[in-house]
Amino acid sequence: MSSDSSQSPPSRRGLIAFAWVWVGAPLAYGLYELVQKATQLFTG
Amino acid sequence: MSPPVAPAGWSRWLVPPAALSVHLSIGQAYAWSVFKPPLESALGLSGTQSALPFQLGIVMLGLSAAFGGTLVERNGPRWAMTVALICFSSGFLLSALGAATEQYWLIVFGYGFVGGIGLGIGYISPVSTLIKWFPDRPGMATGIAIMGFGGGALIASPWSAQMLESFGSDSSGIALAFLVHGLSYAVFMTLGVLLVRVPRSPKPVEGAPSVLAGPQVSARSAVRTPQFWCLWVVLCMNVTAGIGILEKAAPMITDFFADTSTPVSVSAAAGFVALLSAANMAGRIGWSSTSDLIGRKNIYRVYLGVGAMMYALIALFGDSSKPVFILSALVILSFYGGGFATIPAYLKDLFGTYQVGAIHGRLLTAWSTAGVLGPLIVNWIADRQEEAGKHGASLYGLSFVIMIGLLVVGFVANELVRPVHVRHHIPAPSKEAVDVQRQQSESA
Repeated sequence: MSSDSSQSPPSRRGLIAFAWVWVGAPLAYGLYELVQKATQLFTG
Repeated sequence: MSPPVAPAGWSRWLVPPAALSVHLSIGQAYAWSVFKPPLESALGLSGTQSALPFQLGIVMLGLSAAFGGTLVERNGPRWAMTVALICFSSGFLLSALGAATEQYWLIVFGYGFVGGIGLGIGYISPVSTLIKWFPDRPGMATGIAIMGFGGGALIASPWSAQMLESFGSDSSGIALAFLVHGLSYAVFMTLGVLLVRVPRSPKPVEGAPSVLAGPQVSARSAVRTPQFWCLWVVLCMNVTAGIGILEKAAPMITDFFADTSTPVSVSAAAGFVALLSAANMAGRIGWSSTSDLIGRKNIYRVYLGVGAMMYALIALFGDSSKPVFILSALVILSFYGGGFATIPAYLKDLFGTYQVGAIHGRLLTAWSTAGVLGPLIVNWIADRQEEAGKHGASLYGLSFVIMIGLLVVGFVANELVRPVHVRHHIPAPSKEAVDVQRQQSESA
């Protein structure tokens, strides 16, 4: 069991999370600004 | 530069953020309009002159994607993303120099020519790699990346506007804004360069179809097939129809309801444009993922057939019902985005993964053509109708009829798509050759 886990490739969960946050954070900012502007259609 | 092969255990879910870091950056191109008014006042330019960097950028996007596609296939995605990073960022740095020295030609050359090469190479850089990593869901994979191109403008538009507000709208403020853009995008795109990997064997996912399954056609042969030109017409017609709405969205909704009891204000029209951007982006990931379930030909039947019906709805009932006008426009824009995002997977179905990035690059000339055709039709007709004394919704009636006709042409072209004739296929590699290739990639 331990020899199996020592041969298995390293987990990339941290890197995956970092990469998605890297691109997700600015996209979330863009979407927030978009929603703010889009609501003007119903309130403007 | 040899393509970077993924080490054992490399997750395919690292490839979409690599692609997104490039597409979210180069998507800034559609937010160029933020720089237009400050440039016009700081350098004394006309509206036509201030649009030049963007227009040249889009022309260079089409040309570099068409002519650079084979190089991208040969050198791999890391090379392509590096070229895109250098060109796109250098474009901004040259523009900063141009603004600081008040040499407008340098902004046109930097942002338009140099940056435009970055747009084209960057746009096609992850397509082939994503399809190889996600042979089971190619529509979703390319949809994520191409959604990023739409998302790039959403980020850049408020970001650039806030920067100009902070730095000032004179030439030194614009120069500083360009400089910050160039440096920031260089850092942001670096993630893509570092993360992108090609799969180590032709069969990366257990249970998924092999990337080498089915016919494989080279880019040189693909452009000689009727299938390529049918898809060219399909993409061109779909994009033209979308641009028909997008180009004049704000004045269109204002004109449509100008004579009604519920006229649309300027700020509400801006909200409508923002909503269209959201539909465009959602369509890229939503419809492209749906194509993995219902098939590429069927999804284009929806884009083109239902798109024509939506145009007919606007033409017939749009001026009497605001919800009908808005919903129909949103559906058309979602199809516009979906058409862009689904085309790489359609190409992969027909021509295989062998040189799908290069074939995609050549097909993007349809986008450049539509970029000229769509605005030309809508603006020219609206101007002529206005000269004839018409106003309101009647300014656009003829444009909508033409758009319906174009979508029908696209629908017919899609129906004509058949599997590629075997004479265009590259010879299938022997089992021994595939085994040698796999061993080489595993020992790399």
